[in-house]
Amino acid sequence: MPISSPYKPLLMLLIAGFLAALLSVSIGSTAIGFEDTLRVITGSGTDLQQTLILELRLPRTLSAFATGGLLAVAGALMQVLLRNPLADPYVLGLSGGAAVGALLAMLAGAAGFLVSGSAFAGAMLATLMVFGLAHGSGSWTPSRLLLTGVVVAAGWGAIITLILSMTPASRLPGMLYWLMGDLSHAATPWPGMIILVLVCLMVFPLGRALNVLARGSLQAAALGVSVRPLEWSIYLMASLLTATAVTMAGSVGFVGLVVPHMLRLVLGNDQRLILPACALAGGTLLVLADTLARVVIAPEQLPVGVITALIGVPTFLYLLYRSR
Amino acid sequence: MTRLTTEALIIDIPGRASGVPLNLAIEPGQVWGVLGPNGVGKTTLLHTLAGLREPRSGQMLLNGTPLVDIRRKTVSQRMGLVFQDRQDGFPATVLETALIGRHPWLSPWQMESGEDLAIAERALETLDVIHLKDRLVNTLSGGERQRVAIATLMTQSPEIWLLDEPTNHLDLQHQTAVMKLLRQQAACDRAVFMCLHDLNLAARWCDQILLLYPDGQACWGPARDMLVTSALESLFGQRLLSAELDGFPVFVPG
Repeated sequence: MPISSPYKPLLMLLIAGFLAALLSVSIGSTAIGFEDTLRVITGSGTDLQQTLILELRLPRTLSAFATGGLLAVAGALMQVLLRNPLADPYVLGLSGGAAVGALLAMLAGAAGFLVSGSAFAGAMLATLMVFGLAHGSGSWTPSRLLLTGVVVAAGWGAIITLILSMTPASRLPGMLYWLMGDLSHAATPWPGMIILVLVCLMVFPLGRALNVLARGSLQAAALGVSVRPLEWSIYLMASLLTATAVTMAGSVGFVGLVVPHMLRLVLGNDQRLILPACALAGGTLLVLADTLARVVIAPEQLPVGVITALIGVPTFLYLLYRSR
Repeated sequence: MTRLTTEALIIDIPGRASGVPLNLAIEPGQVWGVLGPNGVGKTTLLHTLAGLREPRSGQMLLNGTPLVDIRRKTVSQRMGLVFQDRQDGFPATVLETALIGRHPWLSPWQMESGEDLAIAERALETLDVIHLKDRLVNTLSGGERQRVAIATLMTQSPEIWLLDEPTNHLDLQHQTAVMKLLRQQAACDRAVFMCLHDLNLAARWCDQILLLYPDGQACWGPARDMLVTSALESLFGQRLLSAELDGFPVFVPG
């Protein structure tokens, strides 16, 4: 846990994130060279380039960054909460609840803000449900929480299938895109960005307590951690992060699972380093995935969730295969 | 100096009669051994004393103040516990594991300082695991992990040491080293309170003994008065032979 130079890996990740963002705003239907991109960022460049980069591509790139960062941090928090390195932000049924909310709104013919708001409400409802049910008659163990979440998630899955089967064919593509994660409807990146930065600032003072909690709740209590309030705040924080991400981009899979896991392999397990690193690496990964999603079959776009899953599944299986 | 006392304490073991309330006074300088058959509640007692479990009735006091009225962080500066089972969900190195013992002493914004690091390394050295400091804990043997756990408690440096079978998995040499360390800590005005299964270790190193019986009965007092063959035979339901060697009683199954 003693961080020899915590800033070096974070600085490198920050640079990587910046480069990815630069790449992302310069690639597209009209390619803009790196030099021109830099020119636009510093305030010059043609009007067309300005509009293209600052009004069209940059918000989307920032949305991708925020979504990826939110999901990765949420994943890392959930993993500490459940003392299970295989947990992810969706495992407790959050994305299921959000999806049901969003699809119901779409089924009713709503679009834009109503869909986002409904998704957020669904995610928070799912959170409260799982938490209340797992709390049950007192004992609140990670395995019980995990089981409750998995079963509730299966329930959401069934409702999603039901909604899809009742939907007229003309509306299906939009729903499917939402379910697989899609950044083209992200309205504004700022709420996500602000929440991401705020949470990163908040978790730093909690970091050492999280390190202790990762050793088990009894050990943590014996070392002076108020376990129950800490677990509540992690859970609520992770839920808020996930709900925000899902609201922006639909359910993008695997970022929350794979990013923290890979970073732990490289950087160790100090939450004070891992959590900000997750924010940067998760953001970078999703910016790159979204860039790919835009260009692979341009001018058509792929849902970004397909890309993250295509990268995430083999990576994760490889990590799992390598671990004992 | 910290003194841990219990007032009419009855630990909560579901489905068991309350039995004798415990009025213990664990004083600085004492080494306590808790003896009793499996499932009698030794671990539950330790967890209750540390404030990690609610007692059925009665209370614990640190220097006369009820434990429940003291902040958890303050409690963990005074009193620490080595668990019997440990969870390692995430890989961590030996040094990192020892360093979590500094948690009660640091504010949320503080990083571990060089001094904290030195304390942890000193503890690892004392427990003879310093050469493993960069190894992952989950790759160690049972005995090495046990020593790392005790080093973590030493890094925490509380005044009351609670230990759940500290000699588990240890070879003879390290059993002795650990018991000597515990006696040394007691000599520095700390109090040691541990569960044991080995009567002879208890006889050799403990000065106070608590016997816990399956029906909730209990008795405690100076080791010399408690380690009586007939009492131990009825405690474990096992005939015992005893002798005295170098002034310490020795027990073997009869």
